[in-house]
Amino acid sequence: MELTGDKAKAWLLNFEAKIQEHKAYLSDLDQAIGDGDHGSNMARGTEAVKVNLEKIAEPETAEVLKQAAMALISKVGGASGPLYGSAFMQMAKTAKETTDIHELIEAGLEGIKHRGKADVGDKTMVDTWAPVVEALAKDALTNEAITQAVDATKPLKAKKGRASYVGERSIGALDPGAVSSGYLFTALVEEVLQ
Amino acid sequence: MTMGVVIASHVDKIAEGVYQLIKESAPDVSITYAGGTDDGDVGSSYELIEAAINNNEADELYCFYDLGSAKMTLDMVSDMSDKPITIFDAAFIEGAYTASVLIQGGYKKEEIDAQLAPLKIK
Ligand SMILES: Nc1ncnc2c1ncn2[C@@H]1O[C@H](COP(=O)(O)OP(=O)(O)OP(=O)(O)O)[C@@H](O)[C@H]1O
Ligand SMILES: [Mg+2]
Repeated sequence: MELTGDKAKAWLLNFEAKIQEHKAYLSDLDQAIGDGDHGSNMARGTEAVKVNLEKIAEPETAEVLKQAAMALISKVGGASGPLYGSAFMQMAKTAKETTDIHELIEAGLEGIKHRGKADVGDKTMVDTWAPVVEALAKDALTNEAITQAVDATKPLKAKKGRASYVGERSIGALDPGAVSSGYLFTALVEEVLQ
Repeated sequence: MTMGVVIASHVDKIAEGVYQLIKESAPDVSITYAGGTDDGDVGSSYELIEAAINNNEADELYCFYDLGSAKMTLDMVSDMSDKPITIFDAAFIEGAYTASVLIQGGYKKEEIDAQLAPLKIK
């Protein structure tokens, strides 16, 4: 499946709406094992994405992804800024070669791993992105698959990010970045895959 | 090649405080700092960290940070910069202090790196 410029824009605007809607919930999740700012960080970042995207009259995939990356890098203010920012920057680079959704999201995952050095099982957003990439490879990304990936962060002990400092106490809590990434991919299903 | 130090913290007052602490012992070293978000909240700012790197007068930079996003933001700025930049996973204050006083003392890069190595904690 191809990610056209129009679809990319619709996808990210939908993501922004979901983040605003769940802003308080994301911050509550972060308060439990971090510093309680993930909702407001992402709300500020995606708001800036929206402002950038609304300026683009004729969306082109690489440009949409690049504008999103720049907004997130400069406005989020927490770890999720450089992480989502690197993901979208890698996607924008890849979009110059291909607009295949699986390849784009896979490039995004590589961007996150390069920046944060986290792996699957470290209880981070990588634990949402990695299974999503696998599902996309089989053309089988569904909301159920996303929820399953997000929920699977609960029993994990955090090994990266702020939550790694609370040790055992992170067990039993959802990872906020995995949850916000879940919204990103639910928005993808709604706007692009369905 | 002159060497300088960049300090990146989540809090503006921490960054400024570390600068103040170190500057006393390394008055001739170019030390720049960035703390907090664009709005002065707790967090990291690409713009402020980029400015700390660009405004540093030295040819080669040693960077020290407190927590996660300060490092990742340093990393991103460093990817975009032409200056040779090394980000140290050292104890924040001890690392920045050690590097600064050794630069002040005219030590060579290899000697400074060797003294920083045991301070690696992250
Ligand atoms: N090294 C990492 N690799 C991948 N994901 C990470 C890493 N560190 C943090 N995260 C993700 O970022 C989320 C937290 O984002 P948030 O916006 O709250 O930043 P933060 O942790 O408060 O930033 P800071 O580093 O400034 O404290 C986590 O839930 C996790 O998913
Ligand atoms: Mg946080």
